[in-house]
Amino acid sequence: MFDQYLARKYQTTQRPAPEANLIKEKTAIVGIGATEFSKNSGRSEMQMASEAILAAVEDAGLKIEDIDGLVKFAMDYTDEMHLVSTLGIPDLKYFAECGWGGGASCSTIAHAAAAVATGAANYVVCYRGMNERSGNRYGRVPGVERVMASPNDHYGYIMPYGLAVPPSWVAMFTTRYMHEYGATAEQLGWVSIVLRENACRNPKAIFYDKPATIDDYMASKMIAEPLRLFDCCVDTDGGCAIVVTTAERAKDLKQTPAIIMGATQGIAEQGEMMTSYYRPKISCLPESWYAGQELWHITGVTPKDIDVVQFYDAFTPLIPMQLEEYGFVELGEGCVYCDGGERIRPDGELPCNTSGGHLSEAYLHGMNLINEAVRQIRGTSTNQVQDVELSMVTGGLGVPTSALLLRR
Amino acid sequence: MKMTYVQGIPILRPYIDFDNEEFWKAHQEGKLVFQQCKNCGLTVHRPRPMCPRCLDTEPNWVESTGLGKIYSWTTFRYDRAAYPGIQVPYIVVLVDMVEGVRMLSNLEGVEPEDIEVGMPVEVFFDRVDDDLVLPKFKRRET
Amino acid sequence: MTSFKNRAAVVGIGLSPFTENCGKTELRTTCETIKTALEDAGLTPRDVDGMIKQTDDASDEHAVTSAMGMPNLTYYGETRWNGAPCGMMMRAAIGIAAGSCHTVVICRAVNGGSKLRTVPSMRTSGQMSTSDLLHWTFHAPFGLSVETGSVAMMTRKYMAQYGIDKDAFGDIVNVCRENGARNPDGFFYQKEMTLDEYQKSDMLIDPLRKLDCRQEMDGAAAFIVTSLERARDLKQTPIAILGAAQATLPDTESMAGLYRKDIAGMPEVAAVGKRIFEMAGVTPADIDTAQLDDSYSPLVPIQLEELGFCQKGEGVPFCSGGDQIRLNGKIPVNTAGGSLGEGHIHNMNHIIEAVRQLRGTSINQVKDASLGLVVSGAGGPASGLILGR
Repeated sequence: MFDQYLARKYQTTQRPAPEANLIKEKTAIVGIGATEFSKNSGRSEMQMASEAILAAVEDAGLKIEDIDGLVKFAMDYTDEMHLVSTLGIPDLKYFAECGWGGGASCSTIAHAAAAVATGAANYVVCYRGMNERSGNRYGRVPGVERVMASPNDHYGYIMPYGLAVPPSWVAMFTTRYMHEYGATAEQLGWVSIVLRENACRNPKAIFYDKPATIDDYMASKMIAEPLRLFDCCVDTDGGCAIVVTTAERAKDLKQTPAIIMGATQGIAEQGEMMTSYYRPKISCLPESWYAGQELWHITGVTPKDIDVVQFYDAFTPLIPMQLEEYGFVELGEGCVYCDGGERIRPDGELPCNTSGGHLSEAYLHGMNLINEAVRQIRGTSTNQVQDVELSMVTGGLGVPTSALLLRR
Repeated sequence: MKMTYVQGIPILRPYIDFDNEEFWKAHQEGKLVFQQCKNCGLTVHRPRPMCPRCLDTEPNWVESTGLGKIYSWTTFRYDRAAYPGIQVPYIVVLVDMVEGVRMLSNLEGVEPEDIEVGMPVEVFFDRVDDDLVLPKFKRRET
Repeated sequence: MTSFKNRAAVVGIGLSPFTENCGKTELRTTCETIKTALEDAGLTPRDVDGMIKQTDDASDEHAVTSAMGMPNLTYYGETRWNGAPCGMMMRAAIGIAAGSCHTVVICRAVNGGSKLRTVPSMRTSGQMSTSDLLHWTFHAPFGLSVETGSVAMMTRKYMAQYGIDKDAFGDIVNVCRENGARNPDGFFYQKEMTLDEYQKSDMLIDPLRKLDCRQEMDGAAAFIVTSLERARDLKQTPIAILGAAQATLPDTESMAGLYRKDIAGMPEVAAVGKRIFEMAGVTPADIDTAQLDDSYSPLVPIQLEELGFCQKGEGVPFCSGGDQIRLNGKIPVNTAGGSLGEGHIHNMNHIIEAVRQLRGTSINQVKDASLGLVVSGAGGPASGLILGR
């Protein structure tokens, strides 16, 4: 078991040929929308989703009547049938859900793109509305009843021992990562600080105009050793939506299309939701390696071609670990790469999370990262990277994940 | 360091079903057992209904030596990000068992600053409630 | 325009026994049933790279891949509601046609009888305010708290609108049970029902009798879907997906939308029917068997109307006496017994039977069957399939 991953040998013989991929270059993101990001929206999640969808449809220059597909997060409480009645969508031909929390972000695009590429629908909207700050905060222990209502029995092996919240689940990987590669707290700190710098230039970000230094990082509260408060994302109320259609239809629409080069998913053996501890190696993200291998396989692109990346960053260590798994650096070199922050700033070798990401813009389960990746293609980011041709996004970590590559 | 449970807040219980009940039941008798495939001998943790190597559906339950080494750990320091039923600080560890499987548990009797990856540990059983015995770990002299 | 028509095929099926209490976890039944389906196809878990699950199903991708040794999946997702089964097949076909994956497994296991259930997802843990429970919020306080109630409401209106007599649905139940009684795989094997028994059956929610409703039980069904190209090299006759569609319309609710103008119909089924016939390029007259959603018997005549097998309002006369929907009738319906006569696993077994008919291996084989139609989710977000050999 696990031989394929440990040997780092992706078996492409069994994979559909890249030429057979109907998503590549034939589909596009044509509209993005979002609500404000706040600590208390004061409205229902359904309203947040509806507002974001209307904004995205308008951004695309479409009418709500044009929409005939919806892809939602399985854990989103806002169901497509109620959106159909609320928004007045006349006939929904494709509706689907993607599981695994933030792991679903780029998955929604992968499924929407497959649907439009095969003619199952014409315009598919992917959305997420969440009152994650004023409602149920993921960073807090849910009520006893809710913990016991876990869909699977794996909670039974962590909860009785008090390993009860996401930061602690990731802390276990991080301890091991720091042990194996000699990564330091300061190195993780620079990830946090660079993203904060980006948010300070993004008026929509929760941490707009709230600068922080590496000293502030080191002084921030220890949550679950070795993770500090500044290592964790910012719980947010908000909504995001994205419109997907064919590249052909995109030509007639309002915006510069973000052409989809590839949208992939990845899962690896012996996984469990954010606590895949029973694998031979845990200082790593095998799901990301699989999603990356498939992405490079389909697109023919290599990491050095990428101009800007929005890495899923619920916690700081996930950025260096993804730099490794997606092949931007060698195994164990991610933290050194982030040290000092120069390489990952907007003017660096590989600009990362230019809107501030989950750590400093907002935590919208990856959907705000996709919006930023599209803005980088359009040239409308508040931290615009020059001459972006290829813009990449990744989905949630420690769970079945996903990845998306866009080009201008 | 010993763990202190807060009175009046229940300890979260495992969800016990047909596939995993042997694992949890054994603790009541002071035993730690792992699932081993009857057909091909593969030992796995956590329990599952099928052997991922040969797809056989009948497991044996083999008793563990209870010996292992720390593979990773985290210390809960901040009460609002910890389970409210347990007083902070407390330590959660991953232990690589000599049987070749890894399990999650608590470490007691060791101060957080003294823990290191590779530290030898052994199991002990803690009756944390009338109906719940948890296998936990303590330092082992080599 | 590109399409996913005739690009993917069902190459393996697995069906567990139907029981009142299987004595196993849903995950174990899932793994066993997938194993059966893989063996039927002549494939192994390592050949699988896609998985579509019903959102509420207890066995997720992690649990199944870890238990069965599937190294990686590149295409996976979830589909909700009673209309999931054909919708899941559609997503498998789309993923295969788009080149996102080559072999998809779909499984649904329900311990509905024993209630030995892995607790379902968090979203149903008693929070009435969540939006998927929106309509229950407006029904439950008045005592209409189960879907049977919504179906009863719809049925009452249907009967009034078209002048249908009390107990007119007995013939439909009778045909399903006849078929099921000959099916050794079914829960009701050798248990034929008489119309007298039907008429004496308990009235649950007027006008629905106990025998009008599917019975909760334990069971599972699994499918292996792969590209038509690969399918040709495998063990079984490939059963191609020629048409597949979903529909959700304004005022659709999870079961029987009670707020639309005419509740004695199923516009979602009509939309699905239009799409699958168009996609497959066939008409109702070409279909050899129809496996319809018979969670409740009155759903059957309404589907026959909406799909165009008969005129609007003529569904009950069409089924009267049962001859037109029997094996040698105009359109053989639920030939293995369906939910009412074979077993209830949320309409998954209906697709199994459609495949058996096209393979020529049904216990109630329709001669030379070459096109099979399946509908799931009648009354709510619906989906449909046309399969062919």
